[in-house]
Amino acid sequence: MAGLIIKDIQKSFGKTKVLHGINMEISDGEFIVIVGPSGCGKSTLLRMIAGLENVTSGEILIDNLNVNNKEPMDRNIAMVFQNYALYPHMSVFKNMAYGLKIAGIPKLEISERVQEAAKMLELGELLERKPRELSGGQRQRVAMGRAIVRKPAVFLFDEPLSNLDAKLRIQMRLEIKSLQQRLGTTSLFVTHDQVEAMTLADRMVVMNEGVAEQIGSPLDVFQKPETIFSAQFIGSPAMNLIKGVTDGQSIKLENGVLLKCVTNFSGEVLAGLRPEDLLPDKKGEIIIQIDMAEPIGASTILHGTLKNSDIKIVSMVQGLVDQKDMQKEMSFSISPEVIHLFNRESGKRIN
Amino acid sequence: MVEKKGISYWLTHAGLTSGVLILFFPLWLAFVASTVTNEEVIHPPMPLWPGDKLVENYSRALIKGDSGQTSASVARMLLNTSIVAIGIAVGKIAISFTSAFAIVFFRFPAKNIFFWLIFLTLMLPVEVRILPTYEVVASFGLLNTYSGLIFPLIASATATFLFRQFFMTVPDEIIEAARIDGAKPMRFFIDILIPISRTNIAALFIIMFIYGWNQFLWPLLMTTDTSMNTVIMGVEQMIGGQDDVTPWPVVMAASIMAMLPPIIVVVSMQKLFIRGLTDSEK
Repeated sequence: MAGLIIKDIQKSFGKTKVLHGINMEISDGEFIVIVGPSGCGKSTLLRMIAGLENVTSGEILIDNLNVNNKEPMDRNIAMVFQNYALYPHMSVFKNMAYGLKIAGIPKLEISERVQEAAKMLELGELLERKPRELSGGQRQRVAMGRAIVRKPAVFLFDEPLSNLDAKLRIQMRLEIKSLQQRLGTTSLFVTHDQVEAMTLADRMVVMNEGVAEQIGSPLDVFQKPETIFSAQFIGSPAMNLIKGVTDGQSIKLENGVLLKCVTNFSGEVLAGLRPEDLLPDKKGEIIIQIDMAEPIGASTILHGTLKNSDIKIVSMVQGLVDQKDMQKEMSFSISPEVIHLFNRESGKRIN
Repeated sequence: MVEKKGISYWLTHAGLTSGVLILFFPLWLAFVASTVTNEEVIHPPMPLWPGDKLVENYSRALIKGDSGQTSASVARMLLNTSIVAIGIAVGKIAISFTSAFAIVFFRFPAKNIFFWLIFLTLMLPVEVRILPTYEVVASFGLLNTYSGLIFPLIASATATFLFRQFFMTVPDEIIEAARIDGAKPMRFFIDILIPISRTNIAALFIIMFIYGWNQFLWPLLMTTDTSMNTVIMGVEQMIGGQDDVTPWPVVMAASIMAMLPPIIVVVSMQKLFIRGLTDSEK
């Protein structure tokens, strides 16, 4: 019921077009993450849904109601900002109650709702404090409490975790996820962090330069990236892209290496090889001259060059590889199913 | 801060102390002069220690002024000055706060032109526009009234500019959060903008109160009725012309009393003042 439909949304600032027509249907209770590099238009899209930016063309429907010309307060949404945007002179309680007070809700109910949200967020002890007396994580909780008490149809999160330190970010990520599941409120979450996107989303939207490159579940996007952009943006370290030519059943890479792959396309392509799909194999066809190794604990990232070429390639192997034991050359193999093939001109997926 | 030790510690304090002494000496002289008889003031050498006429001189100044020759009683003048200074400070803050609100938070045609017009008036001090202002005030029949003393001094480009600079530091997100919470502009103004500007308002109040208190030229021009005199000009009027004998102890007592209210305001609002000028609570 509380779905959100976005029909061909476009946005221009003066002559610069920042959104080129976004279409999305979000069903009730879904957690959608919009992910993309800075300047891709993801925040603009969220702010248009919130009603903080005008819509140049297209339609936004919340609960099947066109809200294009409605004020933010009348859209039945709540928003959580990156820098919390708490009112510095109000106590935690007043911060959370302010919207309800303006809406003219009776005092008793306001207090009940705030208490309930505070309990949920473990803010009960802090209700009389001022924002400046709270830590970053607590402030972000207050900001979320302010959104929860309004019982909106849609939550909008604008990079809410970017100002927190790494440890707290992971903890808050889990809290947001479990809170959203408990409340069952449709949520839109904007981030540039792919890990947040992968872990939080029911479905994610990969955006680039005002275009939704791919909309799908995190695993779909990871396993079957539709475009070169989403292939490279999701996954760390990023996917290797190597030019090659296919003949319907195998691919000949630029340096002459022949690999089996799954396709019926013949012609010039870009082959995408995920670093973690390259498996060390003494008899492997892919021979890499290792230039540098980055041990990151559970695994090691190897930067190198494909033999007989100057193509840079990255691979990730399990465990630690000691610098001393590292061979100058290592062979890898890759299974045919995980080779992603893209059209060189359009950047679209082929297989 | 590096803590100084040994000789440089004492040198610093010696420097500060002598500075304070030099600054306070005239004030001390004025105070001494206000506690002795006129003869003692006029005949050199002037005494350096207070005499025994303190109560007499001060009560005479407070109640009778300079025995009713050219000025009102100091009590009356202090009342006038307080009304004028508070009126100017409150008026300036009200006007500049609202105009800065309009300039920063609303988009309207020729907004920048309006801002620069306000800004331009910074370049025209009271003295430059005093004749046309006098003409306007006189034709409104406001000579010798509080309104006439207050209104021409209320418009303030400086305060508008300061508030504008402060408002521009208010994060956009707070404004947007308020919009999502459903706060209309006036609601935002009252519930959020005024409370977060509290310290800035206090700082400006002090500056503007002292500015209003120290006005000299404008009250001198437009008050002909001694009962409307302000204390700063009143003190000047007490000093007699060619033939009059100036009752110096009474004049000095009036001066000391004229100095006290600004000191009280500054001391009592000092904390807010410093916070208003230094930290931003965000």
